[in-house]
Amino acid sequence: MTLPLFTPDQDPGPSFLGLLDRLGLGAPEISGPIEAGVITHGTTVLAIHTRDGVVMAGDRRATSGHHISHHSMEKVFPADRHSGVAISGAAGPAMEMVRLFQLQLEHYEKVEGSPLSLEGKANQLSLMVRGNLMAALQGMVVVPLFAGWDERLEQGRLFQYDITGGRYEERRYATGGSGGVHASSVIKLRHAPDLDIGVAVDIAVEALFEAAEEDSATGGPDPVRGIFPVIATIGPGGFERLTEDEVEARTTVLLERLSDRGAR
Amino acid sequence: MNMPLYVAPEQIMKDRADYARKGIARGRAAIAATYADGVLLCAENPSNTLRKVSEIYDRIGFIGVGKYNEFDQLRIAGVRHADLKGYTYSREDVDARWLANQYAQTLGQYFTHEMKPLEVELLVAEMSPEVGEDRLFHLLYDGTVMDTTTHVVIGGEADVIGNRLQDAWSAGLPLEDAVRVAVGALAGPDRELVPDDLEIAVLARDGERRSFRRIEGDDLGGLLE
Repeated sequence: MTLPLFTPDQDPGPSFLGLLDRLGLGAPEISGPIEAGVITHGTTVLAIHTRDGVVMAGDRRATSGHHISHHSMEKVFPADRHSGVAISGAAGPAMEMVRLFQLQLEHYEKVEGSPLSLEGKANQLSLMVRGNLMAALQGMVVVPLFAGWDERLEQGRLFQYDITGGRYEERRYATGGSGGVHASSVIKLRHAPDLDIGVAVDIAVEALFEAAEEDSATGGPDPVRGIFPVIATIGPGGFERLTEDEVEARTTVLLERLSDRGAR
Repeated sequence: MNMPLYVAPEQIMKDRADYARKGIARGRAAIAATYADGVLLCAENPSNTLRKVSEIYDRIGFIGVGKYNEFDQLRIAGVRHADLKGYTYSREDVDARWLANQYAQTLGQYFTHEMKPLEVELLVAEMSPEVGEDRLFHLLYDGTVMDTTTHVVIGGEADVIGNRLQDAWSAGLPLEDAVRVAVGALAGPDRELVPDDLEIAVLARDGERRSFRRIEGDDLGGLLE
């Protein structure tokens, strides 16, 4: 590894992905379809827009076909200080995409001396999802959610993607993964434009709980092993992950409410 | 018959060194010094956009003086190198000693093999989670590397400023004293430097992954009062 110096016409600029390509370290080509059962999949993630920012959450289960391959996988990550990304789909490429996305944002900020705008970050992720299109067609679909605090507009914003890199900004909420449809029913019934961020966290816990009940690939809270969803808030202060204890406390409240009602 | 013009190797090296030194001496100086909670990076820089002090990696900072386009190219190469190493291995495997060696190789290569040497002096600073373990690497235009754990002055009039700093600096200063000492040494007895003339950042030992923080505007004004 020697110092990567480039002539001006070869310079990859502030892009870390461009640098990897220039050095021949880019992602390998995928030549044939991969059997669905052998790929590890991460499932349900969601993001809720509130008046104080965005809540992001994800369950902890990963599956390979009908087999549960991990009980405590994490699917919600900080992208940088003011934004976060949540992933569903093929776990391997998704984790790699998150790692590269985090690096890409930090690399840009260091090389250029100032961070990308939130819009710029969302578009970067769009390009990365599009770059995965060939792999997605072979069965390795990665669809992220992206949310952040827009310092220019002074509000939280969230974005949903499709496998072609299509980018859709959502004003209320977005979900992804196999349990996403069940989670969105819960959020839809309780969402309001001026939602408090604390209430949104409770909605997220409940939405993931309901999704886990309806979808086999989504993991519910597991008090025995102490495994609870990963939940983060992104407000003016940046990305903050809730402590395990806090998520556990909120889950306990939900479980008590549900059993009091005798609903289960 | 034409005889090729003979110039003694000593003379070539001396001419190159003189050339590089002259270029560097024209620029303003910069200081890196350890303080109680990290490493202070302080440069006299009237520009608010063309930076001399910057972030390389989680605990590694950079100062360049001399010709801007040359040290900025080296800065970017350092960021690329560090990010690549962190990506290939792990974040904790990226260290300043290794980066300083890479810079030394490149500077040495330019000095002996290229048309002209790079007219730059660099400083690579690494903050350590342990007090007293911070490292400062000082690189000269010909690839010479020196390392210290206390304080370094690079750029024009480094000797004079270094003496002033030596007299005022002591280990474990709080940030405001460290800034005052560094700015006083840069300014000298006959001048006063205002925040607009300065570029100041720290590698803060505060537990955050990325330790580099710029101190600008009112924060800097407050420290200098």
